[in-house]
Amino acid sequence: MSDAAISTRAVAVREDRVVGTRPAVRYLVGAIAIFISALMLAPIVLSFFASIKSSADASAVPPTYLPYSFSFENYQKIIDYQAGLWTYVGNSLAVAALAIVFVIVLAVPAGYGLARFHFRGKEVLFLVLLLPLMIPYQALLTPIYLMFAKIGLANSQIGLAIIHTILQVPFSVYLMRNGFEGVPKELEEAAVIDGGSSFQCFTQVSLPLVLPGIVTIALFAFITSWNEFLAALIVMNKETAFTVPIMLVSVRTGHLGAVDWGTLQAGIIVSIIPCIAIYVLLQKYYVSGLLSGAVK
Amino acid sequence: MTLKNRNLLGLIYMTPALLFVAAFVLYPFGQLIYTSFTDTSLLGGGKWVGLANYIKIFFGDPTFWKALWFTVKYTLIITPILMILGYLLALLTAQNDRILQFARGVIFMPVVIGLGTSSLLWFWLFDQQVGLFDKALVDLHIASKMIVWFTNVDWALAGVIISVTWKVVGFGMILFVAAIQSISREVSEASMIDGASYWQRVRLIYLPLTARTVLLVTLISAIGSMLAFEQLYIMTGGGPRGLTFTSVYWIYQNAFIKFQLGYGAALSVVLTAIIMVAAAIQIALTARRATQ
Repeated sequence: MSDAAISTRAVAVREDRVVGTRPAVRYLVGAIAIFISALMLAPIVLSFFASIKSSADASAVPPTYLPYSFSFENYQKIIDYQAGLWTYVGNSLAVAALAIVFVIVLAVPAGYGLARFHFRGKEVLFLVLLLPLMIPYQALLTPIYLMFAKIGLANSQIGLAIIHTILQVPFSVYLMRNGFEGVPKELEEAAVIDGGSSFQCFTQVSLPLVLPGIVTIALFAFITSWNEFLAALIVMNKETAFTVPIMLVSVRTGHLGAVDWGTLQAGIIVSIIPCIAIYVLLQKYYVSGLLSGAVK
Repeated sequence: MTLKNRNLLGLIYMTPALLFVAAFVLYPFGQLIYTSFTDTSLLGGGKWVGLANYIKIFFGDPTFWKALWFTVKYTLIITPILMILGYLLALLTAQNDRILQFARGVIFMPVVIGLGTSSLLWFWLFDQQVGLFDKALVDLHIASKMIVWFTNVDWALAGVIISVTWKVVGFGMILFVAAIQSISREVSEASMIDGASYWQRVRLIYLPLTARTVLLVTLISAIGSMLAFEQLYIMTGGGPRGLTFTSVYWIYQNAFIKFQLGYGAALSVVLTAIIMVAAAIQIALTARRATQ
């Protein structure tokens, strides 16, 4: 897509294109947009309000929309939950960091190889790298689980990171291939004339120019890994190995069937914060990645 | 360096990724097919049983067919909802006015939240005692009392669809906005001069010129819905009476709760066959877009 750079914020030149310019229409459209935004934000805001209520108020029947008490009780409870919140957050961060490293190490050279060289069978090999799109990982979890049990990767952060990497390979390779194809060949040719080796061309000429693409694939790897549920549920079955989403389910299950709603809301907020922070800070990379690589 | 060597280098750059896919996708896929012909369980087994697992799927497992039908029903209902709402939101916010850009950012936000997390969030909002979504419906006189969502199949399906729509509608919207904005200005202006009304322009210009994006998003959404798991695992637990199992949920249930890995593998093969067809079309579409 040529308009890869359109973010939800940028590019202000195209105006008056979809809706008419009459002020009444514009105000109406703006008002509807604000109303819908408020509806979309409401679940998160209400969850946040519930998380800062006292534990008793958060489970009160009937419930209130606004917090009439203010307390860190729920956050304290989630911090002290079982092995401790930081164990679970640490697990999630470690898995995500490994997944980011794996994705970059695999996809950046592969994208470069695909963009810069021509050899027989190249497109077939590209399709091989897109295979995870066609074979859903949900179906592969049974054999992967058996394999991991054999080679000692059950309950291992490396094991889960490998599964999260599988999910990201097609998108990341596709994006890096496009990225390197956008770097003019002449730049590298000039470097070769100046006596640079092929590998130097890769690391010193092209790589810095595709840095935004690398940020994008790292960003997607983080979000996917931090949020991924099914593989974590299956592979991380030891309580101390849980990632944040699995911890949340465990909080919800609670004791004797009674859900501790306040603690659950605090956990939900903790699990949402990194995603929203990254989205708000790196929205440009996120949306451009989505638009140029909607293959996943 | 000769040309041949130089091109060999391309293969070398691709090698790590190829080895990774071979080890963690192709090899497990081979294992999956092999395991599907055995009676492997977590406790051992692994005896070759021929087509027994497949015969069981087709003739001895009505729950799988119920689960597959539920998954298809879920997909057939939620996909048009996501497409139509996503497109309407895109039309509403396609201009680059500050308020509309803000609205796009907010509507897209739930896409970055985990589906597990959002399902728990909605499980709470839908609770018949403390659920604020239910309370809001009562306060607005839409419902007469707090609704019990997850003890009835139709209400459970409705609840899951509402929550997932909230979570993913922004995904289609953003792609549609980009497609609408890339329609050349001349085409749009020419139609305005010709006196076309707004909805005529939508029908005769925007929709045809963004058709391929619509198709692509439809496929992505449909594939995602056919693989639904978290939303049901968290919100309904497959209940009531096992009526809200999805295909993936039923595989999980067989392979990892009943530990029948051989049978779970056979179910996975059937599911993969279904998904492959849709994914092949999706890749073909994306590849075409990339070459334009």
